[in-house]
Amino acid sequence: MKKLMTIMGLLTITLLGGCSNSDQEVLNVFNWGEYIDHEVLDMFGEEFNVRVNYDTFDSNETMYQRLKAGTTNYDVVIPSDYKIERMIGEGMVQQLNFDKIPNLQYVDPEFQNLVFDPENLYSIPYFWGTVGILYDTTVVTEPVDSWSILWNENYVNNVYMYDSQRDSLMVALKLLGYSLNTRDVNELEAARELLLDQRDLTNPVYVTDTVINSMIAGNSALAVVYSGDAAYIMDENPNMNFALPKEGTNLWVDAMVIPTDAGNVDLAHEFINFMMRPDIAQMNTEYVMYSTPNIKALEAIQNEEWTQNVAYNPSKQILDEINLEMYRDPGDFLNEYDKIWTEILAESR
Amino acid sequence: MILVPMFLIFLYSIIVPNNSGQLAFNFTLDNYREVFTPIFLNTLRSSFVIALFATVLCLVIGYPVAWIISQFPPAKQSMLLLMFIMPMWINMLLRTYAWINILSRNGVLNTILVFFNIAPLDLMYTNFAVILGMVYNFLPFMILPIYTAIIKVDKSLIDAAHDLGAGSRQVFTRVVLPLTLPGVITGVIMVFLPAVSTFVIPQLLGGGQYMMIGNLIERQFLLTGNWHMGSAISMILMLFIFLSIWLMKKFDSGGNSGGALPW
Amino acid sequence: MVKKWLSNFYLALVFLFLYAPIAVLIIFSFNDSKSTGHWAGFSLRWYQDLIQDSRMQSAISTTVIVAILATAIATIVGTLTAIGIYKLTKKTKAFVLNVNYLPIISPEIVTAVGLMMLYRSLKFNFGFMTMLLAHIMFCIPYVVLSVLPRLYAMNPNMAEAAMDLGATPMQAIRKVVIPEIKPGILAGSLMAFTMSIDDFVISYFNTGNGVSNLSIEVYAMARRGIRPTVNALATIMVALVLITVLTANKIALKNKKEV
Repeated sequence: MKKLMTIMGLLTITLLGGCSNSDQEVLNVFNWGEYIDHEVLDMFGEEFNVRVNYDTFDSNETMYQRLKAGTTNYDVVIPSDYKIERMIGEGMVQQLNFDKIPNLQYVDPEFQNLVFDPENLYSIPYFWGTVGILYDTTVVTEPVDSWSILWNENYVNNVYMYDSQRDSLMVALKLLGYSLNTRDVNELEAARELLLDQRDLTNPVYVTDTVINSMIAGNSALAVVYSGDAAYIMDENPNMNFALPKEGTNLWVDAMVIPTDAGNVDLAHEFINFMMRPDIAQMNTEYVMYSTPNIKALEAIQNEEWTQNVAYNPSKQILDEINLEMYRDPGDFLNEYDKIWTEILAESR
Repeated sequence: MILVPMFLIFLYSIIVPNNSGQLAFNFTLDNYREVFTPIFLNTLRSSFVIALFATVLCLVIGYPVAWIISQFPPAKQSMLLLMFIMPMWINMLLRTYAWINILSRNGVLNTILVFFNIAPLDLMYTNFAVILGMVYNFLPFMILPIYTAIIKVDKSLIDAAHDLGAGSRQVFTRVVLPLTLPGVITGVIMVFLPAVSTFVIPQLLGGGQYMMIGNLIERQFLLTGNWHMGSAISMILMLFIFLSIWLMKKFDSGGNSGGALPW
Repeated sequence: MVKKWLSNFYLALVFLFLYAPIAVLIIFSFNDSKSTGHWAGFSLRWYQDLIQDSRMQSAISTTVIVAILATAIATIVGTLTAIGIYKLTKKTKAFVLNVNYLPIISPEIVTAVGLMMLYRSLKFNFGFMTMLLAHIMFCIPYVVLSVLPRLYAMNPNMAEAAMDLGATPMQAIRKVVIPEIKPGILAGSLMAFTMSIDDFVISYFNTGNGVSNLSIEVYAMARRGIRPTVNALATIMVALVLITVLTANKIALKNKKEV
């Protein structure tokens, strides 16, 4: 017994002791899950002789909670547009020193100075995309150009909606012709009624990430997906196609920011600059398959097949035609959204 | 000697005030009022029903397993037991995803069925799938305590009962079952509690619209960031759980549960 | 005898049920495609991936180390706590037991957030130590739950008798009580190990600075479909446990024969 204890004690000490590499600088990065090519992190670590700690989150809200809790001082965080807006408003992020980010020149100006960071002081875009309808061409033979197809009784038990409060409400709001940032309770309630009707008509399943594997396997005819996921699914399952509905949809941008309490601000800038280097941005977008705002990287991969679909690379024409709206921070109104959303989901089956 | 455990129990009580720290805000009963809507009560009720169903299934399936294992020679017993616990060491998320793989429309099960010219089944996102997932994940938690209770039973008692002329069924209901009741109760608790508050299983196998109380709590904490609401719902859940356990204790009126329960 | 055949058949059925998804996991670990949606041919690439993925490996070692340490410490502390509770008066006992079971009864997220707030107020540095501490804290109740019934089943006079015969309290515990409650301790540590090795919510909220465990990694991967690298890992785990169990069994049989 005693022997065992001493051995374990020694083991613990050696293991814990061996774990710290205190001579290197450390960079703490907080990003979405599976949203980076890990090789890129290794390359950064080697080039700058630092250790990169990489933590992940699965939703903006979890990220926000963790940041507020302050359990780790992250140097670089990659949230979504509306959350960045909130973080700027609450002073959680600091202004960037653009002298240290010369690679900004490669970023498409279309993705700078967006609504959540109008003077582009706090963020550098990372990936962007839209939300649209993924459909199985072998099952859906009619043209797909409207959200209303998800209410079409012909596709009963064959529809996936996205288990995301804002995205699903967005579908209903757009179909009704309202803004996806509405603060009008009546409009929200109308959206709720529409979504409850949908449950009677097509009995949709609200899925999250399981949608990707599921659609690759062809388990459903229709699904609401993010454009980046669509690009990946379409690459794996040639029967699938993607469409942006005429009523309009959401344009989203995830961007890199530096929290106010970051430990290593200079290194954070280096990292952001590094990520915008054309070859790095190219590696990243090829791995994650989400659309990149990096002009040079986009040029370099024009020849690859999977980049030529409307999910990954919608043409300028489409982008102009379709009404694309970005999410704004709803502030306290979030409670209303939440109440409506819970009501939609929790209605007895 | 007694001081050590007392100190640790003190450490525990620190956790309690931390939860209560949030609850201090809940003393404005606003949160509780918001919570007592028909939707919430419905969700609570259906969660209890589903969890109960899964628990009963676990009991019905698990008890015989525990019994059969206990009849093997002792050396084999530990090996068998380990084999039954081992699946729980593989990541729960991974195993649940494997079930999705099996039950999906184009999944393993249907591929096999179609191969034998049987019509495919649409099992995903149903009550069946969720209960299956629960039973699957919690069955070992039922088997282990029951097994522990069974091996405690003095074999000579069973022999004596047989000698006195009791048939197998009588031996079971009048000797074995009462003696193993503490294990059964522990098993039921170990399954019912997580079943009622789990959120991963209903979310993955039932879909977002399959709302159980665990999902409700999780959403409050993680998605809305409304910890007060989340705490309020948790408190109510825990209250109901205490109530159910208290009821079960009444069942076991002999106080046979080995004193492991405080009520 | 029909009965023996029937019971073995039943056992095999349940066994099949428990291992069906595991079998699927193992099969797909050899799948030549990133997604588990379809079969694309046999390949060992995920095993290669596993060997090269240092992030995964550090997560695995963290998981295993935390599980072993937490189980060991929780078992010791839990057993002592159980003995302590056993000796309490009725009133305090009820209260203490309630507190003890709080982590089991609460939804995991409540325990997770509660612990996180505790550590934050104590200004701990989040990382390996906080994860370990959190695991110890939620494992202890399971040990107590397993040990207490055995304590009650034990003859209360034995420890007294031992001390009357001259044993010190520590000796009495070590040589009399513990052997009696050994099955409970073992069952408790088994439970603790199982809970720890698979924990996600509590670990996620009580770690930081890049320290991650297997569940967190798997959860992070879930967004884009879990890479079959994890399947490869699961297969290796299953193989390891099988080999250990079979060898242990062989050794036990050998020992029996020699005796």
